[in-house]
Amino acid sequence: MTVGTPTPAWTHRHLLDVDLLTRPEIERVLDLADQMRTARETREFRSLLDLETVALAFYEPSTRTRVSFELAAKALGATVVDLAVERSSAGKGESLVDTLRTLRRCGATIVVLRHASSGAPYLAARETDLSIVNGGDGAHAHPTQALLDALTLREALGNLTGRVVAIVGDVAHSRVARSNIHALTALGARVRVGGPTAWVEGFGDRRGVEVATTLEAALDGADAVMTLRVQTERGAVAGVGSLAEYVDGWRLDDERMLLAAPGAPILHPGPTNEGVELTAALANGPRSLIGRQVEHGVSVRMAVLALVAGYA
Amino acid sequence: MSDAGFGRLSDAPATFLVAGARVVDPSRDLDEVADLGVRDGVIVAPGDVPAGAERFDGGGLVLAPGFCDLHVHLRDPGDPAAESLESGARAAAHGGFTTVCAMPNTEPPIDDAAAVTDLIERARDAACRVRVIGAVTSGRGGEALADLGGMTAAGAIGFSDDGSAVPGPGPVSEALAALAALGRPLIEHAEDPALANGGVMRAGPIAVALGLRGWPAAAEGAIVERDLALAEETGTRIHLTHLSTGGALAAVRAAKTRGVAVTCDVTPHHLALTESWVGGDRRFAWEEPGPIGAGASRAFDGACRVNPPLPARDDALALLEGVADGTVDAIATDHAPHPANRKLVPFDEAAPGLIGLETALSLGLAAVAAGQLTLTALVAALATRPAAIIGEQRGLATGATADLVLFDPDARWHVEAATLASVSSNTPLLDMELPGVVRFTVSEGRATYRSRG
Repeated sequence: MTVGTPTPAWTHRHLLDVDLLTRPEIERVLDLADQMRTARETREFRSLLDLETVALAFYEPSTRTRVSFELAAKALGATVVDLAVERSSAGKGESLVDTLRTLRRCGATIVVLRHASSGAPYLAARETDLSIVNGGDGAHAHPTQALLDALTLREALGNLTGRVVAIVGDVAHSRVARSNIHALTALGARVRVGGPTAWVEGFGDRRGVEVATTLEAALDGADAVMTLRVQTERGAVAGVGSLAEYVDGWRLDDERMLLAAPGAPILHPGPTNEGVELTAALANGPRSLIGRQVEHGVSVRMAVLALVAGYA
Repeated sequence: MSDAGFGRLSDAPATFLVAGARVVDPSRDLDEVADLGVRDGVIVAPGDVPAGAERFDGGGLVLAPGFCDLHVHLRDPGDPAAESLESGARAAAHGGFTTVCAMPNTEPPIDDAAAVTDLIERARDAACRVRVIGAVTSGRGGEALADLGGMTAAGAIGFSDDGSAVPGPGPVSEALAALAALGRPLIEHAEDPALANGGVMRAGPIAVALGLRGWPAAAEGAIVERDLALAEETGTRIHLTHLSTGGALAAVRAAKTRGVAVTCDVTPHHLALTESWVGGDRRFAWEEPGPIGAGASRAFDGACRVNPPLPARDDALALLEGVADGTVDAIATDHAPHPANRKLVPFDEAAPGLIGLETALSLGLAAVAAGQLTLTALVAALATRPAAIIGEQRGLATGATADLVLFDPDARWHVEAATLASVSSNTPLLDMELPGVVRFTVSEGRATYRSRG
């Protein structure tokens, strides 16, 4: 069975990060995701992956990404197993590679891997013959998040060429920001990363990326604003003063959003710390695309699973 | 790699003739095509080699003094899954080394006279000379000094808490005072743990792109500056091992100009490889680097995790310049074998270190081929200068004990587990083809390695 547009030919067995994809390939994922959104309702592709077993190996806690992948895999008819790391052998110190090889022997064909260590999916891709989908690795990459963000922005803004997307907050510790930089610049957008200096250092020397260290500079005329979760659990506030200082300088609210282009939408990868990264009013208001991002998550992951499995 | 081709220091002395090799002997400023004879382990005039003795056609080959590695981990005692005295010494002979200096961070650590004696005794029939470096502090704990006098009497040639710097201010000052009296150098692993702050690769644009915690150059610079000040003040000899930053090297150069008693070494991987290798690029430091993201499917290979981390390109080029001008006294490998299970883990969990004994010459020759070093500078840094630091003779003059290596600088070989004598194969050079094949190694007059074919 073949779905989606036939070009370009899809050659990737894994989705490790967006930087390994070309612009036409990213557009292919987004187009297929649009198709999957409809297909989910019509159940058109409910048997597409019925020969595949998708294992969810989440070595870090997650609700939305894990559930989103599970629903995406099930919507395409795959068998889904959840590794439940905290009560598996991985919790007894079995190595990641050994655990994944065991999953392979049990019949898994695709593994969605989330891991606290940057690069863990690259190891998995090299050392097993599983198809690996990166569900978030350390501070490095979160490609399906970036793809669903791109889909959400494309839906809201149309063609992204020349559009300015501000990514605000703890960019240094953010895998979402890194993958978004790749995806959005590949799609022709200009990315402006904004935050306290320690959180944006080192990001300015890439094509299509600029750095802003004041809120005014970051938001100035931006066509869309994405604010990142402050990873208080990773001690990330260290280096930029206190949480209170961050809130004082960088929390987004309706008034501060006036600095951006009129009506510029706001995105957040979730889960939000309401009152820290943005106000509840902004998160729940008309500019917010946060709910739409979650909805797009399932269709983007359906598209990704179909592509890496070779069915699209 | 099979046992065939390896000899031992306990074998009978060798007798042979090398005809028409390019003889490179920095001790006599010599670089000329000549014949060299050895009879019963001693260099003699070619005419004094008995007829019928083994004869090597040296055409296209280089004959040099045997290499001396100031920094290796033999993992003996305690970690045979990684390496042993026996296998490590063979790896040395295979790489052209006739002496290696074994670091004391074994299990248990080499921190008393009995442990030094044990290693020296067991090394008598190894495939190269093994000199022993003792721990500075008891158990390498960074507190009470170990029995430096007892270990010196047992034969330790220097002292190091390698893996860590000796902490200041108390322990390092006490150690320098004790070593001044003993006439042995402090061999320092220069890393300030607070500044390194858990970094797993060199801080910089690649670390940012990969989302890995960065190890700043200042972590090395801070300890180097401290040690240079202490060496200057106390007059005690300090050897800084595996320098990885241009800043530290500049400080050493300035200190040497002032007459401070300091020497230093760099590893082949800090000369030839760069931080880009962590991102999957596989270009040498002297080549134009690829864009960030080049070779990304090879990214995060645990084989590239090493401490100090692979350098920025500018640092590697500065270190090469240091080898060329002699500021860098020695190329030392920091040969650090690990079995696969310590490397096939996420990058930040991988054990630091890579093997180097069997690829050092090849990386050096790649630098020579690229015009970064002369062959004489390479041989001086691999053989004569490190030997001088530990008081060993090196040279190919008639009358000397034969201690030499014969190699083909142009032949290429494929790096793979099967072509390595080390128990371990943790190197990002795996599957690459490198120049430089050792044909014959002679240590203390004994043939310790001979290539087949």
